[in-house]
Amino acid sequence: MTELTKSDAGAGTAQTAAVPAEAEPAIKRITQWGEIRHRFMANRLAVVGLIIVGLLLFAAAFAPLLAPYDPLHQDLANTLASPGGEHLLGTDALGRDQLSRIIYGARIAVIIGLASIFLACLIGVVIGALAGYFGKAIDSVLMRVADVFFAFPLLIGAIVIIIVMGRGVAPVVISLAVFSWPTVSRLLRSSILSVREADYVLAARALGAGTTRIIVRHIIPNSIAAVMAYAAFSVGSAIVAEAALSFLGVGVSPEVAEWGNMLSAGRDFLGVKDYLWVYPSIAIVLTVLGFVFVGDGLRDALDPKLR
Amino acid sequence: MTTSHVTADVPAQRGTDGETPVLEVRDLHVEFKTREGIVKAVNGVNYSVKAGETLAVLGESGSGKSVTAQAIMGILDSPPGRVAKGEILFKGQDILQLPEAERRKLRGPKMAMIFQDALSALNPVFSVGNQLGEMFRVHQGMSKKDAKAKAIELMDRVKIPAARSRVGDYPHQFSGGMRQRIMIAMALALEPDLIIADEPTTALDVTVQAQVMDLLAELQAEYHMGLILITHDLGVVADVADKIAVMYAGRIVEQAPVHELYKRPAHPYTRGLLDSIPRLDQKGQELYAIKGLPPNLLKPPTGCAFSPRCPKAQDICRTELPPLVPVSEQDGTELVGRVSACHFWKEQIHG
Amino acid sequence: MGRYVIRRLGQMIVVLFGATVVLFCTLFILPGDPVGSLGGDKARDPAVVAELRERYGLNDPLPVQYGNFVKNLAQGDLGEDFTQRRPVTEILQPKLVNTAKLAIAAIIIDIVIGVLAGLIAALFRYSFWDVLITLLTTFAVGFPSFVIGMVLQKFFVVDLGLFPLISDGTLNSMILPAFTLAILDAALVARLMRGTMLEVLRADYVKTAVAKGLPRRTVLLKHVMRNSIIPVVTYLGISFGTLLGGALITEAIFNWDGIGLALVQAVQQQNNPIIIGVVTFGVAVFVLLNLIVDLLYAVLDPRIRLA
Repeated sequence: MTELTKSDAGAGTAQTAAVPAEAEPAIKRITQWGEIRHRFMANRLAVVGLIIVGLLLFAAAFAPLLAPYDPLHQDLANTLASPGGEHLLGTDALGRDQLSRIIYGARIAVIIGLASIFLACLIGVVIGALAGYFGKAIDSVLMRVADVFFAFPLLIGAIVIIIVMGRGVAPVVISLAVFSWPTVSRLLRSSILSVREADYVLAARALGAGTTRIIVRHIIPNSIAAVMAYAAFSVGSAIVAEAALSFLGVGVSPEVAEWGNMLSAGRDFLGVKDYLWVYPSIAIVLTVLGFVFVGDGLRDALDPKLR
Repeated sequence: MTTSHVTADVPAQRGTDGETPVLEVRDLHVEFKTREGIVKAVNGVNYSVKAGETLAVLGESGSGKSVTAQAIMGILDSPPGRVAKGEILFKGQDILQLPEAERRKLRGPKMAMIFQDALSALNPVFSVGNQLGEMFRVHQGMSKKDAKAKAIELMDRVKIPAARSRVGDYPHQFSGGMRQRIMIAMALALEPDLIIADEPTTALDVTVQAQVMDLLAELQAEYHMGLILITHDLGVVADVADKIAVMYAGRIVEQAPVHELYKRPAHPYTRGLLDSIPRLDQKGQELYAIKGLPPNLLKPPTGCAFSPRCPKAQDICRTELPPLVPVSEQDGTELVGRVSACHFWKEQIHG
Repeated sequence: MGRYVIRRLGQMIVVLFGATVVLFCTLFILPGDPVGSLGGDKARDPAVVAELRERYGLNDPLPVQYGNFVKNLAQGDLGEDFTQRRPVTEILQPKLVNTAKLAIAAIIIDIVIGVLAGLIAALFRYSFWDVLITLLTTFAVGFPSFVIGMVLQKFFVVDLGLFPLISDGTLNSMILPAFTLAILDAALVARLMRGTMLEVLRADYVKTAVAKGLPRRTVLLKHVMRNSIIPVVTYLGISFGTLLGGALITEAIFNWDGIGLALVQAVQQQNNPIIIGVVTFGVAVFVLLNLIVDLLYAVLDPRIRLA
C-alpha cells in the first residue's frame, strides 16, 4: 500500500531495491516454485526446521531399526536405571528403555500429527471451497457450521469425542481433525474471496478466461499456498495436543510408547528422576519448533509481503 | 501571484541582495547507507526561498528533491539517511547545528510540510480535529477545547464545508481533495515562515488538483510565506512558481525564473521535460519521451549524470562533471537568476 | 452499531445452539453409554447405572431428552452432577472464579511482558535486546504448557522451594500456573507487537507527526502506540476467551481448583453433567469474547465498519 503511494522520499533505498532486479534479467526467468524454494532455503530457521522434521520422519519410519530395545519390554531387574551405560537415556519405573520409547513415540507423533491435519485440511478445503465458490446461502450455512466447531477449544472438544469413542490413535486423530478444520475452511474461503476480486483475476476474466480456467490457474494455487503454510504449522500444534491428551489420560492407551504418556509417568518422579520427563520434553519441543520453523518459512517464502 | 525579483543562489553571488532569505540551502549532501553501498541521494544542492516567494523543485522520482526537503525539515530516516555535508540556513541560522530539541520547536511554528498522500500521511485512528488541534496543544499549550475551536477555524479557512460538524470525523471519511485541504490546514496552523509541499496534488483527481493548488497559492500570499513546491509535473508549476530548480541525480542541473525556463531552457534535461508535456497543437504526433532510466545512485555515471540519456552528449560529458554556472545572453549580459550545469548550455539556450 | 450487535448476538445464539447439538449428539446419540462411556476398568455397578438412567431421564425418547436439555440450559440450569448430586452450576461457580483469577493474572503478565518486550525490540531494532527478545520468542513457541509447567515446578518448587507444589488458591501459589499459561502468549504478543510496531514506525503518518514538531515521546506514545496496539488487543481478547474456558493442562499440573481441573476430574469420574457444563460454558465464553473483540476492534480502529 505505502509502496505504491510513496513519493521519492528515501529515494536512495527505493532505488537500490529496484536496481539489482533490472540489472540481472537473465536470472529472473525462474519458475514460481523455484523461486519459492529458493526463498525457503535462504531462510536459515526454515532449513533447521526442515532438518528436524526430516529426522523425525526418519526416526518414525525406521523406529524398529533405530531403537536399541523393544519399547514395551519390561526389564524388571533394571527399573529406573539412570541414563548412561546399557540404557542411554535410562529406563522407566517398569524397566522400559527410554530411548527406544522416545524413538517409537516419534511414530505416534508423526502418525497422529500428519493424519489429523491431513483430515482437517481435507474437510476444510472441501467446505471452504464450496462456501467460497457458491457464496450466498450455502456460504452462510457452511460458515455457521464452521463457527460451531471453531467455538470448541481444541482440547475440550477432543475430550468430548474421546469420551465417546474411547482412547486410541483413531479417536485422537478424528477428534483433533473435527475441531481443526474450521480454520482451514475459513482460510481457504477468505483466500478465494480475495483472489476472486484480485486485479489479476479480473484481468484474466477481462481477457476472456473461463471460470474453470480462473479457478484452476489462479484461485487454487494462490489459496492452496495459504493452506499449506497453515498445515505445516498445525502439525506441530496437533502433536502438542496429542501429547496433552495423553498427559491428561485421555489420549492413546497408557502403555503405548508415546511422549505424552512418558511425560505423564515421569511427572511422578519430578525432582527425583528428572530424565524421565526431560528427554521426552526435548523431543516434543524440538518437533514443535521444527514444524513451526517450516511453517513460518513456507509462509514467508510463499508470500514475501507478509514478512 | 507574487512577483519578487530573483537572485541566483550560487554561493559566490549570495549577499548581493539585502533581504535574508527565509531558507537557504548550501552545498547540501545527503547519503543513505544501504546493504549494497552508500547511495548519494543529494550531491551539493544550493537553493533559497524568500518570504512570499515560491520555488518549484522539479525532478523525477529519485532525483533527490524529496530527500532535500526531508533534510530541511529534519525528518530524514536516519539511519540509514544522514546529511553528509552542507548548511541549511533558516533566516540566516544554520539549523543543522541546532540540537534536536531546538529543531523540533522549529517544525510547526516556523516550517511545515505538506505530504503527497494525505490518506497515509494522516493518522487513521485519530479524528482530524484531534490532529489539527495537536499543533496548538503541543506548541502553544492550548486547552483541548480551545484547540478544537482553532481546528474548526482552520478547517473553515481551507474551505471545508460544515467544518463544525466534521471536526470529529476521521481521515478516511473525507474525499481526497478534502483530506489534502486538512493537510494544508495542519501545515498552516501556526503560520510558519516556510512551507514545503511535496507533490501536494499528485494523488488527487485532475479536477481537484487546480482547486488545491489555488488554495495553497492563495494562503501563501495571504501569510507571505516562503513555499517550496516539489513536483514532477511541469504543468502544475507554471502558474504558481516564481522560479524553478530542476534536479537530476541529486544535483540541480538548471535554475531559472519560471517563464524564462519555459521559453529557453538551458539544459537538455529541461528541454526533454518540456517536450514531454502533451500539447493540444501537436495532436496526432508521437509524444516525446526521454530515453533510458534514471541513473543508479549507487554507481552514478562518470561525468554528467544525464549523459547516458542525453541526445546531445559529447565525449567531454562522459568524463567531466559540468559545474553549475551562470547563464548569459549571447552578448554576454548576465541573465539574472539563471544557472545551468551543462557543458553546452550556450548551444542549448541559443542554438 | 446497535443492529450489528443484535445480529452478532443472534449469530452467537445460533452457534451456541449448534454447539449443544454437537455436544448432545456426541454424548447421547453416538454408540456408547452416557452414564458409563469410558467403560473398561472403571465400569459402574449396573444398579447405579439403572438408577442414573432413570434419574436423568435417559430412558425418554431422544428428542424429548434434547428438548429438556436445551430448555434447562436456556434457564441456566445444567442439572445435577452424578457423584455429589448437587446442581452443576453450584459446583462450578467457585471453580469458575478460580479459573478467572488465573486467566486475569496470565493476561496481565502477557500485557506487561509481551507488550514491553515487543516495544523494546521494535524501538531498538537490531540491538542486543532485540536479538535476545527475538531469539527467546522464537524458541518459546516450541514449549507446550505441560513442559513449561514441569520445568517451572522443577526449578522453583523442587530446587528453590519458593512456591508450593500444589496450589492452595493463595496468590503465592498462583504465580507459577499464571506464568505457565502466560509464557507462550507473552512470546506471541511480543512478536506481534514488534512486527506491527516496525510497520507502524515506517508509516507516513509517523513522519507527519515528526514533521509537526511533536516531541518523540508524543510521537511514540500517541501516534505509534495507538496504532500498534490494535492487533495485540484483539489477540489478547481471543486468548482471554480461551483461558476463561479452562486451562486443562495448567490447572491439572498445579492442581488449581478451576473448571479445567473440574473437567479433567469429571472425565475420570465419568461425570457427564459436569463435562457438559464446562464445555458449554467454554464455548459460550469463547463466542462472547469474539464478539467483544470485534466490537473493540471497531472502537480502536475507526476505519473498521461493522456491517
